[in-house]
Amino acid sequence: MSDASQGASRHTDASAEKPTPRSRFGRAWESDFAWKFRHSPVAIIASAVALLIVLAAIFAPLIAPVDPFDPGALNLMNGFTPPGTPNAFTNETFLLGTDDQGRDVFSTILYGLRISLFVGVSAVLFAMVLGVTLGLIAGYVGGWVDTIIMRIADIQLTFPSILVAMLIFGIAKGVTPVGYRDQMAIWVLILAIGLSDWVQFARVVRGATLVQAGREYVQAARLIGRKGPAIMLRHILPNVLSPVLVIATISLALAIIAEATLSFLGVGAPPTQPSLGTLIRIGQGFLFSGEWWILFFPALTLLALALSVNLLGDWLRDALNPRLK
Amino acid sequence: MTDAVLSVRDLVVEIPTRHAVLKPVDGVSFDIAPGEILGVVGESGAGKSMTGNAVIGLLDRPAHISGGEILLKGQRIDNLPYARMRKLRGAEIGMVFQDPLTSLNPLLTIGDQLSETMIEHLGISQAEARKRAIAALDEVGIPGAADRIDSYPHEFSGGMRQRVVIALALCAEPSLVIADEPTTALDVSVQAQIIALLRRLCRERDTSVMLITHDMGVIAETADRVAVVYAGRLAELGPVAEVLGRPRHPYTEGLMGSTPAASAGRARLHQIPGSMPRLGHLPPGCPFHPRCPKAQDDCRADPAPTLAACNGRAACWHPVNSPESEAAE
Amino acid sequence: MLAFVLRRVFQSIIVLLVVGLVAFSMFTFVGDPIDNMLGQERTQADIERLRQQLGLDQPFVVQYWNFLQNAAQGNFGVSYRQGRPVSEILLERAPATLELAAVSALFAMALGIGLGVFTAIRRDGVASNLIMSISLIGVSLPTFLIGILLIWVFAVELSWLPSFGRGEVVQVGGWSTGFLTSSGLKALILPAITLGLYQMTLIMRLVRSEMLEVLRQDYIRFARARGLRERAVNFRHALKNTLVPVITVTGLQLGAIIAFAIITETVFQWPGVGLLFINAIQFVDIPVMAAYLMLISVMFVGINLIVDLLYFAIDPRLRAGRGKGH
Repeated sequence: MSDASQGASRHTDASAEKPTPRSRFGRAWESDFAWKFRHSPVAIIASAVALLIVLAAIFAPLIAPVDPFDPGALNLMNGFTPPGTPNAFTNETFLLGTDDQGRDVFSTILYGLRISLFVGVSAVLFAMVLGVTLGLIAGYVGGWVDTIIMRIADIQLTFPSILVAMLIFGIAKGVTPVGYRDQMAIWVLILAIGLSDWVQFARVVRGATLVQAGREYVQAARLIGRKGPAIMLRHILPNVLSPVLVIATISLALAIIAEATLSFLGVGAPPTQPSLGTLIRIGQGFLFSGEWWILFFPALTLLALALSVNLLGDWLRDALNPRLK
Repeated sequence: MTDAVLSVRDLVVEIPTRHAVLKPVDGVSFDIAPGEILGVVGESGAGKSMTGNAVIGLLDRPAHISGGEILLKGQRIDNLPYARMRKLRGAEIGMVFQDPLTSLNPLLTIGDQLSETMIEHLGISQAEARKRAIAALDEVGIPGAADRIDSYPHEFSGGMRQRVVIALALCAEPSLVIADEPTTALDVSVQAQIIALLRRLCRERDTSVMLITHDMGVIAETADRVAVVYAGRLAELGPVAEVLGRPRHPYTEGLMGSTPAASAGRARLHQIPGSMPRLGHLPPGCPFHPRCPKAQDDCRADPAPTLAACNGRAACWHPVNSPESEAAE
Repeated sequence: MLAFVLRRVFQSIIVLLVVGLVAFSMFTFVGDPIDNMLGQERTQADIERLRQQLGLDQPFVVQYWNFLQNAAQGNFGVSYRQGRPVSEILLERAPATLELAAVSALFAMALGIGLGVFTAIRRDGVASNLIMSISLIGVSLPTFLIGILLIWVFAVELSWLPSFGRGEVVQVGGWSTGFLTSSGLKALILPAITLGLYQMTLIMRLVRSEMLEVLRQDYIRFARARGLRERAVNFRHALKNTLVPVITVTGLQLGAIIAFAIITETVFQWPGVGLLFINAIQFVDIPVMAAYLMLISVMFVGINLIVDLLYFAIDPRLRAGRGKGH
């Protein structure tokens, strides 16, 4: 131990009483963040539920009793089997029942989850990359580039993002040749939701960039001809990591809901590749005829997913930035 | 002392936290006589404001009074139900806050804020309240009070706003005013005016004042007696001339040394080494001993010195400037 | 103040021009209107005639200018799908959406502000904690699920209320209203709750957090220190200060209600402009999409402008520019 650090430790003898954990894991466990996590039942339950759902989606082909999109495995006689009771004709039993075409609801939910999560995560990643890039450019270049980017952001913020997403979906659908519309629908959805959601990321990164751009090291780097953006990226990213993480988590919940909403409205995932929203749209048709399970279980799954991610995002925001509370 | 307006006995304020229970005020006792101005002085975080808030019953949760008692004109008030305590606030105990820019509601005219207070406590009519509000503004030196009564707070300067705040604190004629750093947020040029105004108004009405400040100069000019607070405890209590002229507690002596005006006669300004310990990290024994030039072994051992355990003037085992210590030299 | 208003109006016009450009680009680049309007049996002459008729042979800027002029007069061309003028269809559908939005907005504001104040004042009470927990679920719930849930309970299981449509409507001088018949009013309940619930939750949470912030301010402490009654402190001092920031968001939420009506109208098959818009997207009916976009932008921009002006009415500090006193 050097003299300087000994001097410092003498002044802060109160904090030195605490033993410092050696391993990296130990330090993380002792950190304030981990402490808050361990003491928040909401965060623990929400992350457990979210983890369970994500794992179920990833391993859907292993878990699902049947592949709902394999026409050979379908038996129309199995149609409208209530959950947990054997079918009158085939005597087969389905955990969560079957839909009108005899598809196992449990399997369609697992595969639907994959699409919902894939669209949600991809859209947020897309929005994040786009937003961080544009925010960095706006903050670093400044001038009219900044003005244009932030003006577009302002105008877009005037409108609810679901409306922007619908509009982009409509336009993109119009541009896509008729025969490819169903195949492209998933990618169009990702584009639409991602484009409707980049503004938050851009704003945070731009703010952090403006602060860093004024710092001496950037000025110095510029003077000696170094590439400013590269250095700044290294210094800015750590600073914006936690707000970007919070925004991404909250955006993920919103993106999942947006995807479900669009698909429910019939302007999202097509019936050939049903997401949870599409399943709910299909299930709504059977609400009045008594086949409640076709609607109920996909809706419950969506609810659990949206709620757990949302609660997690909410908790993250409070834990990482107590001032926002 | 039953004739005291305010009597604080062994007051303890606690704040439970994640790790420990903090005691920002720990066993503070003092009296304020009718018409007397008691200065309460100390560093920020010493527990001065917390004591004031405890007296008027406005501690922010989770802080709460956990021991001792507070008597107003001989009646206990620290255990009153909220509704009865509310009636005392403004009517019996007025309060002046530090920052006049934030103490006034920006969306109500100053006339409205004065009227509502008087109507609440004095039970007078709207018209009567308006008349008295103009008189009150006039008295605190707002020029053209009758014209300015319908103005909003942002239309006044900081010094003028603090005058309005003083008018508000005094308008229901309380017998005690707690002034919490009333001049700290103001320009130096108006500080003296505000202090003079507060002193004049309270002397005229025979209102007692608990003047909380960290400014020894203000204390010297204004107060009759002074209480020096350190780490939530009273370090020294006595008539202002004695405490400032011949401080007994080494901390008070140090404070005097670090105040330019009060130490004008000295050759150079000296500072107290180190800083006040944070709550929850108090050393055993006298809380001042790590910074005290005269600390000895008994200072580091429990129990800590208290006013009662010492000579009633300074909570110190080895007071400076005392008859005994001078006799020893 | 005048300068401020002028600047806001100028900004609003810019926004509308940009949105107009988007709408116009949709006409120009998305889907070929000629393709859409003429059937399979068309001649080159037909195409040329229609191109000239629609002004598609003119330069971009001229076309944009023509589009703006037409749009300003409410002329958005003919729906590809219905073959009728878009403005006519929109006018026919507008009352349904506006009535639904108005009732939802009223519901959201009244309950949102009320519950927000309640949960802020009783911040540690059992009831407010319960309300806050439910509201968190409410925020996470997609609107369409709420609608379906309400249909399930009140239409399917209890059969108390209709699950779709507007019920009987009465024509009052070109405006079809559902306010005047009992079936119209009954049909309004579920959609209005569905549409308003999300905004209500947002307003409530905002009012609560703003109110808690205000309750921490020095002037609230000072009001308490002056011995004012809790009611006076909460409502006279705190609520008024809370409403200043709340107004902006609430105003914007009202705009959002019209946009979110798309979802509610689909769930309840409510014959408004939102349902029209969704059908237009499904069938790539560009004129209807563009017209809807312009219509909703005008509404949003208008609401934003009104919100800005309302600030002056509430906050005397902003009125200070007019030089009172000094």
